[in-house]
Amino acid sequence: MRLSLALGATLTSLFVGAALLSFIWTPYGITGVNIAARLHSPDMSNLLGTDHFGRDLLSMIMVGARTSIAVALIAVGLGMGLGVPLGLTAAARAGGWLDEIVMRGNDLIFAFPSLVIAILITAVFGPGAVNAIIAIGIFNIPVFARLTRGGALSLWQRDFILAARVAGKSAARISVEHILPNLANLLIVQGTIQFSLGILAEAGLSYVGLGAQPPIPSWGRMLADAQTMVAIAPHVAVIPGMAIVLMVLGLNLLGDGLRDALDPRLRGRKP
Amino acid sequence: MKRRTPTATLARAFGVTLALATAAHAQQTDLTIALQLEPPHLDPTSAAAGAIDSVLYANVFEGLTRFAPDGSVIPALATNWEISADGLTYTFHLHPGVTFHDGTTMDAEDVKFSLDRARADDSVNAQKALFADIADVTVTDAQTVTITLAQPNGAFLFNLAWGDAVIVAPESIDNIKTAPIGTGPFRFDNWRQGDQITLTEYPGYWGDKPALTSATFKFISDPTAAFAAMMAQDIDAFAGFPAPENLPQFEADPRFQVLVGSTEGETILAMNNKQPPFDDPKVREAVAHAINRQDVIDGAMFGLGTPIGTHFAPHNPDYVDLTAQSAYDPELSLRLLSDAGLPDGFTTTLKLPPPSYARRGGEIIAAQLREVGIQTEITNLEWAQWLEEVFRGHDFGLTIVSHTEPMDINIYARPDYYFQYDNPAFQDLMTTLNTTTDAAARSDLLRQAQTMIADDYVNGYLFQLAYPTVADARLRGLWLNQPTQATDLTGVSWAE
Repeated sequence: MRLSLALGATLTSLFVGAALLSFIWTPYGITGVNIAARLHSPDMSNLLGTDHFGRDLLSMIMVGARTSIAVALIAVGLGMGLGVPLGLTAAARAGGWLDEIVMRGNDLIFAFPSLVIAILITAVFGPGAVNAIIAIGIFNIPVFARLTRGGALSLWQRDFILAARVAGKSAARISVEHILPNLANLLIVQGTIQFSLGILAEAGLSYVGLGAQPPIPSWGRMLADAQTMVAIAPHVAVIPGMAIVLMVLGLNLLGDGLRDALDPRLRGRKP
Repeated sequence: MKRRTPTATLARAFGVTLALATAAHAQQTDLTIALQLEPPHLDPTSAAAGAIDSVLYANVFEGLTRFAPDGSVIPALATNWEISADGLTYTFHLHPGVTFHDGTTMDAEDVKFSLDRARADDSVNAQKALFADIADVTVTDAQTVTITLAQPNGAFLFNLAWGDAVIVAPESIDNIKTAPIGTGPFRFDNWRQGDQITLTEYPGYWGDKPALTSATFKFISDPTAAFAAMMAQDIDAFAGFPAPENLPQFEADPRFQVLVGSTEGETILAMNNKQPPFDDPKVREAVAHAINRQDVIDGAMFGLGTPIGTHFAPHNPDYVDLTAQSAYDPELSLRLLSDAGLPDGFTTTLKLPPPSYARRGGEIIAAQLREVGIQTEITNLEWAQWLEEVFRGHDFGLTIVSHTEPMDINIYARPDYYFQYDNPAFQDLMTTLNTTTDAAARSDLLRQAQTMIADDYVNGYLFQLAYPTVADARLRGLWLNQPTQATDLTGVSWAE
């Protein structure tokens, strides 16, 4: 049993499970405020305590997980959905003008730090979960495009692809039927890593007020709201902070574990 | 080899530090004071931004009259004045020997220039209404100015005390936004934009010399950074401390003193009176009854603030307590919404500027409104966006803001003001008030005005903003209250 894979899978499923559970049940509602019960330390009735509006932090974390996961997942899906076809196209036309356009376009996006693009997009189009998704999605495109093109280029040199070409298959069909399945491992691993970066980016955006807007809970904003209260009620800041750390750690371990498990070149080696 | 124990070394080091510190404190005449907002420029006579007055009022610029720390109007550049029996002619006698910081003398010509500039047709003064009644400004001699009013104005001396009515010189007016030249005890020294403004004493000041010889205003907008800077004593004081939740820690620390004063800041949940469904007074009344003020004060301000039921400062003698009229009553609120034809509630926008009273208060109010079926879409805006969209663009349903100008109930007489309350009866009341000079009659009119806007439920009246100042325990003479936006350093000194 690989430890990192197990630990990563446990942490990730814990948060995903909490997010799914929050659709049907949370210990308390998260839209009502109860000022009299604010800033309570963790105890039996509020397992993680309450925030500055008296809302139950466990419930907030559960629903916040939903926000984080939804934003990151859709954003990675967006990046993958656009990036992979672009990468496949570029590889199929390697050296051609299409390849040049796609890859230089990618370089252009790559040239900007990802979070700066995200802030630019949300600042221009207004803050909100949808714009955060678009912002994070856009900087995922070149990651997947580049990875796909790199992987596909080496596959194009292989004999089985030559056989498919001799059989008269078009470049598009070869890309979809032969190249893509052989890149799946690579993409799953990268997808997991990008997912964790997406969680971090979402937290960053909502920390500066450009992510999901209140009253939708999000970990980054919980952290931002709590920062002036660290001295009087540390748990309000520590808990969303820990949630972000554990979620990102879990996804990174999962990504590492998956790579070890899926990559044939590493198979059979002791971790 | 002789070994020195670590303790001895430490003790020695501390001894030296202490000695130095004591020496420095004994003659300390400089002050570093922080504010949350940085002024956009330095001309108090051409912008609404209170941050300009927070730095310059009474320190760099002075008017004919000024506000004392308790809010009363006292003489400043004018030593005394006579008012004609009909209340139309004011004769001001200027203090002799007053000079501007560039060395030129301040005389009646400068007063005429300043007032004519403020009331001119092309004037960009943010409070032109203060000067609206002036018919003519005449220079009698170098030390005497006669102002003729078109109609009696009971608040004229009060109006002249505002930061928007300070005396400026024609010689230095072109560069006033970056190099302000006034008559105050401090002259402008340097502005590092985004960081600090420094003032130094003006040796030629006409009045009593302040105890301080230099002052640095630092601008720290982030509440966490404000807390850290104060705790580390990088700053000597923070006027308008932005994080009320941290005040108990400063109170418990003997190094600091905490002053919690009142302001002229009526914090309101403003409703767009022209936008449906807020054009229906029943809906506005429903909103008012859906709000639990004490929860907003406790949750957003950690208990700092006095509940208000109308747009008037509770410390004013003419204040009428109307909080009961809009008491928290969600049942009544639901009934009113039904009567208004909205039994299922409605959805509106809630646009919030950056201060924590708005951001935190907004989340609490959104939750309270949800209880009666009113859904709000919250948008957090920066000040520039807020001024553009809400204040000028009138594109909002609800917003939360604190009106910090003194005696500003007359904004309800302006139908184009951002919440767009248009009631001819109220406008007449304000016209009458302006022409009334009798104190008892004015009180009565002010009470009527407060009741009228409360009866019409123009806005949701939340609380009077408190003004917390955190300062080094040895500082004396800081203003407790904010009768106008100012950080008057003329009376500030270090104890010991």
